Amino acid sequence: MKRTGLLSFLIIFIGVVYIARLFYLQVLNNSFNTPTLNNSAVKVMYDYPERGYIFDRNGVLLVANQLSYDIMVIPREVKPLDTITFCALLKITKEEFIEKIERASRYSTRIPSTFLQQVSKDDYAALQEILYKFKGFYIQKRSLREYPIKSAANVLGYISEVNENMISTNKNYHLGELIGTAGVEKSYEAILRGTKGVKFIQRDRFNREIGSFKNGIYDTLPISGNDITLTIDAVLQQYGEALMANKRGGIVAIEPSTGEILAMVSMPTYDPNLMVGRERSKNFTKLYLDSINKPLLDRGLQAQYPPGSPFKVISALVALQENVINTGTSIQCFGGYKYGSGKGSFMRCHCETGGSSVALNVAIYRSCNSYFANAYRRTIDKFPKPEQGVNVWGKHAESFGLGNYLDNDLSVGQKGNIPNGNLYNKIYPNGRWRSTATISNAIGQGEVLTTPIQLANMTAAIANEGFYFIPHIAKKIKGKPLDKKFTTPIYTTIDKKYFKPVIEGLFDVFENPRGTARGSRVEGLAISGKTGTSENPHGQDHSIFIAFAPKDNPKIAIAVFVENGYWGSRWAGPIATLMIEKYLTGKIGRPLVEERMLNGSIQEEYDKQLK
Amino acid sequence: MRSRKDNIFHGIDWILVLFYFVFIFLGWINIYAATISENNFDLLNFSTEYGKQLIWIGFSIPIILLILLFEAKFYEKYAAVIYISFLVLLAGLFVLGKNINGSTSWYGIGSFSLQPSEFAKAATALAIAKLVSDKMFNLKKLSTQVQALLLLFFPAILIILQPDPGSALVYGAFIFVLYREGLPFYYITVGFIALFLFVITLILGFEVTLISSFVLFIVVLLYFIFYRPRAFRKGWIKIIGIYLMSAMFIFSVDLVFNHVFKQHHRDRFNIILGKTVDMKGVGYNTNQSVTTIASGGFFGKGFLEGERTQGNFVPEQKTDYIFTTVGEEWGFVGSAFVILLFMAFLLRIINRAEQQKAKFSRIYGYSIVAIFFMHFVINIGMVIGLVPTIGIPLPFFSYGGSALWGFTVLLFIFIRLDANKTYEW
Repeated sequence: MKRTGLLSFLIIFIGVVYIARLFYLQVLNNSFNTPTLNNSAVKVMYDYPERGYIFDRNGVLLVANQLSYDIMVIPREVKPLDTITFCALLKITKEEFIEKIERASRYSTRIPSTFLQQVSKDDYAALQEILYKFKGFYIQKRSLREYPIKSAANVLGYISEVNENMISTNKNYHLGELIGTAGVEKSYEAILRGTKGVKFIQRDRFNREIGSFKNGIYDTLPISGNDITLTIDAVLQQYGEALMANKRGGIVAIEPSTGEILAMVSMPTYDPNLMVGRERSKNFTKLYLDSINKPLLDRGLQAQYPPGSPFKVISALVALQENVINTGTSIQCFGGYKYGSGKGSFMRCHCETGGSSVALNVAIYRSCNSYFANAYRRTIDKFPKPEQGVNVWGKHAESFGLGNYLDNDLSVGQKGNIPNGNLYNKIYPNGRWRSTATISNAIGQGEVLTTPIQLANMTAAIANEGFYFIPHIAKKIKGKPLDKKFTTPIYTTIDKKYFKPVIEGLFDVFENPRGTARGSRVEGLAISGKTGTSENPHGQDHSIFIAFAPKDNPKIAIAVFVENGYWGSRWAGPIATLMIEKYLTGKIGRPLVEERMLNGSIQEEYDKQLK
Repeated sequence: MRSRKDNIFHGIDWILVLFYFVFIFLGWINIYAATISENNFDLLNFSTEYGKQLIWIGFSIPIILLILLFEAKFYEKYAAVIYISFLVLLAGLFVLGKNINGSTSWYGIGSFSLQPSEFAKAATALAIAKLVSDKMFNLKKLSTQVQALLLLFFPAILIILQPDPGSALVYGAFIFVLYREGLPFYYITVGFIALFLFVITLILGFEVTLISSFVLFIVVLLYFIFYRPRAFRKGWIKIIGIYLMSAMFIFSVDLVFNHVFKQHHRDRFNIILGKTVDMKGVGYNTNQSVTTIASGGFFGKGFLEGERTQGNFVPEQKTDYIFTTVGEEWGFVGSAFVILLFMAFLLRIINRAEQQKAKFSRIYGYSIVAIFFMHFVINIGMVIGLVPTIGIPLPFFSYGGSALWGFTVLLFIFIRLDANKTYEW
């Protein structure tokens, strides 16, 4: 070594150090190794596909696309311009102009940003002629949603800019892109969306585009979204919305033989076109903050109410199934049911049978509380412990799709509630409770909660005499068969033979002169149904009605819920039967009833609650 | 014995020539990748950098032939003349020079510019070889040491004044040459200790360094007092002297760094030492350069496939940062290969230099190894983020006619000297 070796040693030493450093940088340290197509040198530009159209079951166009035009600006390229002319052209003030330019410059002076969003078609025509004079500005086309029928906002939903949470969890979405955030737009986002086209563009260090990346070998073309045909009947939907005007509540109509949702009305609602365009965010905020009318709440899916009397049907069916009553079993009703020794332990009844013998059929069409309380108590007391009884009863009720989300293709929902033994063990921790403590369940009060769609589905299961299909909103999706779960019947735990007598009772609700919905009877239509009046601590009772028709081979099952509608046959009954009439016959033979429903308002009642 | 008048290639080391052409070829390929754009493709076109570089390469052939044409003796004989003429040329820059990027390092000839400092390295190497090879010359003596240092000092100071401190730094490499020829080892030791103290002071700050070195000094002092009392009595002046010198150096590092250096110099050190993190401002070059190299991965992205190279993300990529192109497009495999190639090349020259009978040839050989080595260490070290930003070219790779020709001259004078080793002088 000595003197001759020092330089050689240093050459080898430094060489090894440098190779080690390169190995660390290029091989070990992955943080630098961003994927080739995802780094600052390559700009990714997306070519947005046209979103799929949405049709109703008869091919009526519900959702389409319209072209919109954004004015874009690259601040660096803007030359001094005639601001007054320009502002007049875009219909903005000079202050807005300055503010917008400054905002764009803050973001980047070299990268285009949106100057003015969603210019109308007419303005676009004028602008196109003259915009070339204003350097640095250009027009970008975008596709927006359009709702030709101003209806079914809650069903169709809307699209909005994707939020940051979504961006971070889903690679398909990037800042500023649109995503379905409610309704069908949300639940069928993946189908409607289509596939983005991608263009990779080589950038230099100033982020300027200097040509396509590798001559476009990685580029792809956009693939348009698929169209969807819904199960909704637009005519029925609009009619339902008209009937519910100035009332709050929901209507859900289902085709029992398929589980297809024919109409899903939620009131108050809004014009879906409000969720599009330049005023979108203003409109949305207004709707969102309306805590009185809650227009964004889908009452058909999300509002949980005690079902009231329609639930007596379940009580009857369970009692029949558990063999604690038969069709001949009768009781005497003396204006109520005494379930305890205390003075208050009395459930009043309005069946007005005056102590005569009440059998199942009469009990249904007169809606006798005493009868169903009796039947319910017999069911629970059949078991050694009330806890077991309630659980068995609950299982039967749940087999009608009550108390769960139904696993459907709707974007929102509520579970409702069917109580079980554990719940009462919690309420009465010493375990000392008996069937009478839960007696309100018999008549759909107490702890039972349902949503209108659950009630409609329950009605469909009764109409089908023991099975239902999961209610769903999509009828046809291009190129894809409907999910099997929507075409497989789900059976209830009640034997088919027990439905016959109950349905007869429901039929007599209309047909018997003393039936509770006699006034809503439609000449020539065999409707079966049940009125309901649900007690409500906040104000007037809710008006409820379930019905299906025709009695044999049912085509429509419907549940109507009108908040604070006094009693079942006052609002919900006529609305339900009008809907059925409209759907089955296409015309209305009871113009006076229709008139009363269309113009009737419960606004006064709602205003009372605000005081 | 054939007269070399018949054949100017007689006796030349073809391995070194091969190295040269491999470097030139690899260099040009990477310049091509770094400067091509989609719009133009024209090899011999003055409007493109890769076209120009190809022309410089073409011109280097007659230069090589011219160098080989001269007798080896010529270089020794006229070393002093060549050296002095280049000093004059360097000095002349202050009168006639052309300012490019803030440095008056260029002579403008028509539309071309020549950078004499690139050739002055060869001239200085010749002069050092001439001086040190003298039989009477003894590097153990202080007066001769001063002579050698003065020889290096003149070109270095002229280049610093241009100002081009990076190029001047290369002259520091001659310390290895002088050491090989007898300069006492403590010069090297002092050099490395100074470098070490410099870096430590920058990292820890001068107070901490001063205090900790003082503690170390006390410990050493106590050790000598209690365990080596005799040695202590003899050498206490030396020990204290060394400490005082170090302390003054530490202090002066701080002084120079904070008061003599400009902010951009400080930034360059702070970035390498990790004290400043600024990816977009002062750290942009280093960050882009390191990111670009790292993005190459193991196998690289392939020729012309490096999108960071194609997007011109790295400033001065075709000149000082040409190695980033190698790193991105050829990956670890390619860049490690280039480093190995340089190592082999440098070791080959050392090997040939050691075999020279003539002291002049050996010293010259060592000089060019030292120069190439310095360029290699600083340039690649800077590109991979180990050495502060100092703008000097990577031999044979970086774009530029002067640099290419300068290195060509440097190498081929040695090849010419080496070819003559079998002849009697």
